Amino acid sequence: MLDRRKFLKLTGSSIAGLSLSSAFNILPKGLFANTPKQKITSYIRKWGMTVDLDACAKRPGCRDCIDACNIIHNIPDLGSPKEEVKWIWKSPYPTVFPEHIHIINREEIKNLPVMVLCNHCDNPPCVKVCPTKATWKREDGIIMMDYHRCIGCRYCMAACPYGARSFNWFDPRLFLKTVYQDFPTRTKGVVEKCNFCEERLVRGLLPACVEVCKENALIFGDLAVIDSDVTKMLKQRHSIVRKPHLGTEPKVFYIL
Amino acid sequence: MCEISSAEGRIKRGVEGSRGVEARMYDKIKIIAGIIIFLIIMLTPFWYNSLTGKAAYVPQLKIGTDARQCVENTSYMKSNHMDLLNKWKESVVREGMRVHKTRDGKLYVISLTGTCLNCHSSKAQFCDRCHDYAGAKPQCWDCHIVPNNAVSSRQEE
Repeated sequence: MLDRRKFLKLTGSSIAGLSLSSAFNILPKGLFANTPKQKITSYIRKWGMTVDLDACAKRPGCRDCIDACNIIHNIPDLGSPKEEVKWIWKSPYPTVFPEHIHIINREEIKNLPVMVLCNHCDNPPCVKVCPTKATWKREDGIIMMDYHRCIGCRYCMAACPYGARSFNWFDPRLFLKTVYQDFPTRTKGVVEKCNFCEERLVRGLLPACVEVCKENALIFGDLAVIDSDVTKMLKQRHSIVRKPHLGTEPKVFYIL
Repeated sequence: MCEISSAEGRIKRGVEGSRGVEARMYDKIKIIAGIIIFLIIMLTPFWYNSLTGKAAYVPQLKIGTDARQCVENTSYMKSNHMDLLNKWKESVVREGMRVHKTRDGKLYVISLTGTCLNCHSSKAQFCDRCHDYAGAKPQCWDCHIVPNNAVSSRQEE
């Protein structure tokens, strides 16, 4: 027979035991589970690109990189510079490098158009201002856009000192000559920009602009690896970045 | 006695009162007829559906595949596919995780146009039919492109 004392002990401990399991449920899931956080890559990459102005100048009027990008990303051709959507484009040297206009040993370079694209800054001002976290910096340094979340406020466009972002004033599908099946279009009212061909990198491919360049003027690679093409290029040649005084730390470098 | 008679009096007055109201209902026929006509018109959808049998209509979906199993079980997919697609969207875009592991351990590439529409090869006969019926207006296709094969089977229809 149970005596009174033993009965109370048993009751108390079984109630405590029952409440313990619900107490564990309150704790955040994964606190005790051995599931490591899913990472994009096994080690953290840091994607970067170099643009060789001399190599690019070997083919005046070449638009291979621009066309390749436009096709595979379903970028509409709106025709008017005020409303155009651009991921990679040409811009005059004085506009791209206002702080490097003093160059006198390479006068001729100032007349060349320069390829410009999103710099995928290490310290991106566009990410700071986004009210919905529709744009953010990935672990590998790519500044991503989540078009599902973008509300089209265009704060990021105001914040970007490089004009790398475009707003969709119209339904882009109305201005597409061909529709590339493997990549979505955007919709009216969202901001878009270069994504460093994130969808190609995941399949082990180089960005489209890099792949189509016949002069190898664009070199892409992992800045965190000592012997990657991009790191080697940066070690061997003199490079500049756009508007370094702003502290955005661009990861697109220009080789002079 | 006195109390009872007063109670009787109240009852009598009540009866008289209600008679009085009845007597004061002017244009009785017009009003009742009006109400009946009003109800007939207001309830037209119900008459129409019960007479034509359209309320019993359920869209017939063309699944488009012989596979027995979707990425999750059918009842879950029927009621929760939108949640799964939302999770997939977050997983790919924000976490860079492009593989879905089912409960029985099968792996699928997370892709609306690549994986979903690869099996459900006709968007018009699968997605649209039910969405139209349910009055759902998903915005997926504002940006995502319906694969060519899914478009062509729409034209066949």
